[in-house]
Formats: sequence, structure tokens, C-alpha cells
Amino acid sequence: MDVELRDVHKTFGAVHANVGINLHVPAGTIQGILGENGAGKSTLMKVLSGFIRANQGQILLDNRPVIIHSPADAIRHGIGMLHQDPLDFPPMRLIDNFVLGHEGGLFPNRTTAARDFTLLASQFGFSLDPDAYVDALTVGERQQLEILRLLWLGARALIFDEPTTGISAAQKEKLFSALRLLAEQGKTVLFVSHKLEDVEGLCHRVAVLRQGHLVGETKHPYTTEKLVEMMFGKAISVGERNPCAGCEPTLSLHNFSAEDYRLKVRDVSLEVCSGEVIGLAGMEGSGQGLFLRSVCGLVRAVDGRISLHGKNLTGRSYHAFKRAGTAFLPAARLEEGLAAGLDLTEHFVLAEKPSGFFVNWEESRQLAQSRIAAFNIRGTPVSTVESLSGGNQQRALLALLRVPLNLLLLEHPTRGLDIESAIDIWSKLKERCKQGTSILFISSDLEEILQYSDRVLVFFSGKVTPPLEAAALTTEALGQLIGGKGWEDFALGKGA
Amino acid sequence: MKKKIWVNIAFQVGALVLALLSTTLLLLAAGAPPFQAYAAILKGAFGSAGSLETLLITWSPLLLTTAGVLITFSAGLWNIGVEGQMAMGAIFTTWMLRLLQETSLPPALTIVLGILAGIVGGALWAGLAGALKTFGGVNEIFGGLGLNFVSTALTIYLVFGPWKRPGVGSMSGTEPFDRSLWLPTLPDTELSLWSLTLSLLALVIIIVLLRGTHFGLRLKAVGKNPKSAFLMGVPTWQYSMLAFLLCGALVGLAGAIQVTGVYHRLLPNISSGYGFLGLLVSMLVNYQAVWVAPVAFFFAAVNVGSIQLQLMYKLDSSFSGVMQSLLVLLVLLGEGARQRFLRKH
Repeated sequence: MDVELRDVHKTFGAVHANVGINLHVPAGTIQGILGENGAGKSTLMKVLSGFIRANQGQILLDNRPVIIHSPADAIRHGIGMLHQDPLDFPPMRLIDNFVLGHEGGLFPNRTTAARDFTLLASQFGFSLDPDAYVDALTVGERQQLEILRLLWLGARALIFDEPTTGISAAQKEKLFSALRLLAEQGKTVLFVSHKLEDVEGLCHRVAVLRQGHLVGETKHPYTTEKLVEMMFGKAISVGERNPCAGCEPTLSLHNFSAEDYRLKVRDVSLEVCSGEVIGLAGMEGSGQGLFLRSVCGLVRAVDGRISLHGKNLTGRSYHAFKRAGTAFLPAARLEEGLAAGLDLTEHFVLAEKPSGFFVNWEESRQLAQSRIAAFNIRGTPVSTVESLSGGNQQRALLALLRVPLNLLLLEHPTRGLDIESAIDIWSKLKERCKQGTSILFISSDLEEILQYSDRVLVFFSGKVTPPLEAAALTTEALGQLIGGKGWEDFALGKGA
Repeated sequence: MKKKIWVNIAFQVGALVLALLSTTLLLLAAGAPPFQAYAAILKGAFGSAGSLETLLITWSPLLLTTAGVLITFSAGLWNIGVEGQMAMGAIFTTWMLRLLQETSLPPALTIVLGILAGIVGGALWAGLAGALKTFGGVNEIFGGLGLNFVSTALTIYLVFGPWKRPGVGSMSGTEPFDRSLWLPTLPDTELSLWSLTLSLLALVIIIVLLRGTHFGLRLKAVGKNPKSAFLMGVPTWQYSMLAFLLCGALVGLAGAIQVTGVYHRLLPNISSGYGFLGLLVSMLVNYQAVWVAPVAFFFAAVNVGSIQLQLMYKLDSSFSGVMQSLLVLLVLLGEGARQRFLRKH
């Protein structure tokens, strides 16, 4: 389907999120939409998918002007959007999610739907069980489900908002070949991302947004420097790894094992030096998440010993770990990390050790003010956390960490952030390391793992490599291990 | 910014006008002349020293139930079981007074122990709802609703069974206590300064607790997002339980006051809807504790004043409840409309 936007304006109060955007995407194109956080990409896509209405401007589909009132209206016109966080219903079966939104009378015909589902899935090489429950799926699989659902509803133009965050390398490959197939079928694909590599590898054309303006369009092949310059208005380089100072162990694991209903991570023995950064690599759901949550007591370990600065914490609760100087930063910022409805000041008070019975609000506001400045958070002490952008929420989470900290555990610290914010976050984390904090972090971004870790643990369906020196690793070697190749070299004992 | 304030005021005033309008229509439908009816309510509530006295007597238990419900609301809990908790407070107080009235204990001490027993009774009953939620996974709305029925059944059993009046049990309740076990009242009135002071004091404590302390803030965090609160180091289920216990204690105190200060015995319907009315008040003030006192006062006035409607126009006494509910409903509706409006503009 031919999609055209003409002179689209959208304002939120004083913020001009989209300024006179003109964009024409012919049928069968994979169109990249590139820009840093807050550039207006998501707003533009939400206008197109009926989530929000533009203040001004026109949408033309196949050269016919249309007015899109709602997402349901958009899908009737053939436009479907995959949101960054899957908007599905985890406690329901795949097939029920699939049928939802279909306008097919009072009683959905599950038999036909299941047949269509299987047919569509095989077309794209997705292996999904229609009777499984969505909450057992990985983000990548939930994405696949959503693609099938939208196609089944008749989508001829699909919008993907940051689809490669949070999915494994293999799932990304699958996604990309599905997108190429869609384009071959004459469907239009709008691919919103801030990852240059993805955009360069996939898109036929790229439009770059900066501060609400469409600043440029280019076609394949691209030059990275040019794209970066368009995105940020200047070229930036990434920082260097700073080697950790002498080894004094903070975290010690001895034959440490943890399990959940799906898999078991067995016999991990590890000494983490103070100031060291350990990257946990692996496909989503390979055991690294389980491992990280068991290292701070959120999941009880089933075997082995864990100690922090020589203090045995085996079998203790999360709050005992917290008192011993451990902090855990979850990937789901608003779901687990911050409390929507409370402002920044209240968060800072909550995060500090309570001093006395009464809250000194004046002092707390000053503390909030100084932390906001120090961490470069765009917000005020009375801003509620849900009003902040993703990057600012992540900075706020970092700002909330107590000052002496032995161990910091992070899930996807820079997921969904642009390069500049990511570099900023890591410089804050490295400062922590200099103060002696050890860091364990999960990331699906191999570059990030290699760039910032001193050592790396690779997870593959519950198996864990011994700590590998990051300096001696390459993206290729890491990618192979993540994909389950080259494990013979490690004497792993029992394995999973 | 300034425009936003005017929008807020416009929507709030609009909701109030709408509430007044719909009440007027209801009065017309019921065959009562609306303006005379409003005048009658006002006169009924404020017309004489006696009516003002009744108003204050109605006000104090409402203050207590509202204050209690505010705590559970802050913790994100819908404590529908307040009615039962109040009844349980009354039962425990009656039980303690019955136990001690034959002993040589000084009456003042007996009263104090009776009130304490009421506080404990309310807290226990609320704690049960909390435990059902925390350890049994029973939603507090269902648990509270169930426990309300149990407490009603228990009250009726006691009034008609073991604690019945000599002869035959009746809806008028148990045998009244001796005058020495009544809360002291102002001369020539039934108004007890003790109950009024206790209620206001409890409200002030709750306001300070919720607004100014770490406890209040942590409770609020648990209410807004228990997962995040837990990760920030708040022991979440303990805080939920504490919220239930505190609420139950306050509501139990309300029950104790009804026994020692107002009815001087146990009645089948001792909670008389104060618990639910407290829920309405706290919803209306949008959890802003400072507004509790005036709004509860207004609700009490409507309650007391509308007795006149019954006398003059044969309107059922439940009419006051209809008016109060309409008001809350329309104000909440106005708030929803305001947020929609602000999102669009």
C-alpha cells in the first residue's frame, strides 16, 4: 500500500512533537524511520496508526485522503502497528489473542482462525503453538504473534516501533526475513529504530527525524557517519573501556544453582572483583535473567553458596541483599522500578534509608533538585515519573541508587535509549565502578557487552560459560556461543 | 497553568450543580417540593441546638471510618469490610463491658477497657481480611464482603441468642448498660466530648501520618506499585497488613463509641452504614485527608437533616444515601471528564 503523510503537525502542550512532516512511502518498501529518543518518531507513527490525532495535516493511502479515528479504524484501512512493548494479553492463549480485534460476529470461529494462524505462521517460518499461553512467550515470539494477527486482520502497511530491542539475534534474523517477505508481497513496512546497524542492514530507504522535523531522507547504501550526523546534528564517538583497579572480591558464588519452572542454571562459581563489570550474554530466556534475580535474592537459589564481601547471604531474602549493598535495576522501568503516580522527590525519599519518623520535605526537595541536575534528568522534583521519557526514567533509576554500593545488577540498562543517552548512562555506571561497585548486567546488544564488560558470561538454555575475558572476544565468537555453538571447548561438568 | 486552574474549578462546580439538579429532579419525582425540601434538610441539621447535637454525634463515627479507609486506600486496598469491622468493634466492646460490669472495677476503667477491646476487635477483623488477601490470595473486596455478612450474622445471633434481653430477644438490641458505663456527655445532652475529641484526634494523626512520615510515603508507594516498592526496599505485604490493622483499629473505635457513647448496648445494625459512608467520603475527597473533616460534616448534616424529609414528606430515610451517592458519583464523573478534557487540550 502506498502511504503518504502531508504536512503533519502534532503538539503536546508547548511541545511541538511533529513539525510539518511530509513523507511518501511507495508500496513494497521497507522505510526506516531513524531518530534519537524524543525526535518524534513514535508520535508520527501513532498518528498514522490512529492512536493519536494530528493537529493538522493529511494522510493519503493509495492516493486517497483518509481520516483515521482510532487503531481499529486504522486496521480497517489496512494499517497495523506493533508497539515497542507488546500490547497483548499474557494470561490468554495465543489463539484468543489472535482472534481478538477481529470483527466476526458474536462467536469467534476458532477452528478457521487456528487454520489461518498455522498457515500464516508457516509462511513466515514462525513456530508458535496456538494453544500456548502468551505469558510463556519471549518478547520476540509475542512480536511474531502480533505480526500474524495484524496480517490476518488485513494489514497492508505495518509499523514496527523499535522491534529489535529485547529480542535475540536469531529472532532478529527471523524478523528481518519476515519483513523482507512482506515487502516482496507488496506490503509497506515502516521500521522505527535508533539502531543504525539494523536500519542499514534492512531498510530500502531511511527518513531521519530530529526534534520533530524530518531532516533528511536517503536511500540504500548508507554511510554511517552521515546518518549519525543527521540524527544528532554532530558526529559522536563511543568511550573507552577503563580497566578495573586491583582485584578485591565483592561477590563470590560457589557452585551456585537457581531454577524456575522452565530451566535450571547450575553450578556457577565466580569471583567478581570490586569495580569489575560482568556482561551476561545470551538469547532472551537462556537463564541470565534467572541468574541475575537469584544473585540478589529475588529468586531463592536452590544450591550453592553466595557471599558479598565475605558475608554469607545464601538463602537470604532480597531485602537482606539490599541491606548488604546490592541494588537491582529491572528492565521494566515503570512496572518494577518506579511507581507511577509518585513524583521524583517522593522516589528519592523512598530510596534513601529512612531517617527518623517524619519526612523532611524541604531537605528532600533539595536532594531531588541536586540529583536531577547531577544526572541530567529532564524533569523537576514534582514531576511524576510516568511523565518522564524512557531515557530520563533510566537516569532517574540510576540517580535513586544509594551511594555506597557493593553490587549493582542491571537488566538491559540502555534498552530503548539512543546512543547519547546510552553513553551518558554508562559513564555514570563507570563512575560507580571507580568507587568500587561491581556491576553485572544483561544486554542483548553484543556491542554493548563487549564494549563495557571486563568479563563475560554466556548463557545458553541454562548452561553458563566460565567467565571469558571480554578483550579476547569478538562479536562473532560471542554470537556463536549465544547460538549454542563452540561449547565443546568448555569443561562444563553436568550442564543442563 | 492559570487556565488549568479555571478548568478544574469549572468541572468541579459543574459536577456540584449537576448533583443538585439531579437531586431536585428526584425530589420532584418523589412528589416533594424541592426548595422546601432543601430548606427542611438545612433546618433539620442546623435548626436547633438539639439537631446540631445529633449532627455532631453522627459526625464522629463517620470521621473515624473515613480516616480508617483513607489508610487502606493509600495502600491501594479496597477495604469493603469496614462495616463488619465496625460491628466487630461494637461486639468486642459489648463483650468486655458485659464481662466487667459485675466486677468491682471502677466504671471509668471498665469503659477504657471496653473501648480498647473494640479497637482490638476491629483490628482483628480487618487483619483477617488482610490475611485472607496476603496469605490466601482472596481479593480484599470479596473477603471484606464475606466477613461483613459473617459479622452481621454474629451480631444478630448474639442479640437474639446468648446476649438477649431477659425474656425475649428483639431488634432493639441487648439490655442497655448501667448509666455508670456510659461515656460522659455534656450536661443535658447526649453529646460526648470524649468521642468527638477521640475522632478528631484520630483524624489529625492519620493526616500527619499519611502526609508527613516515611510510613505514609511507603504506604503510598505500596499502593501505587507494589513491585517497585518492594524493589525499593519496602516490605510490601507487611505494610498492607499494617494498613488493614490500622484501619480496623480506627473503625473498631467507631464501633466502640457507638456502644459506649450513643446506644449503650449492641444493636443488630450497629454500624448503620457508617463504613460505606466513610468509603464514599474518602472517594469524594480524592484521598486528600485534610478535606475529610468538612466533607464528613456535610454528609452527616445530610443524614441528620433528611430525617425531616421523612417526617414532612414521607420520603424514606434512605433518601439521604441516594443524595450522597449521587454527589459522589457525579463528582467522580466530573473528575474523569476533566482529565479527558485536559488530555485533549
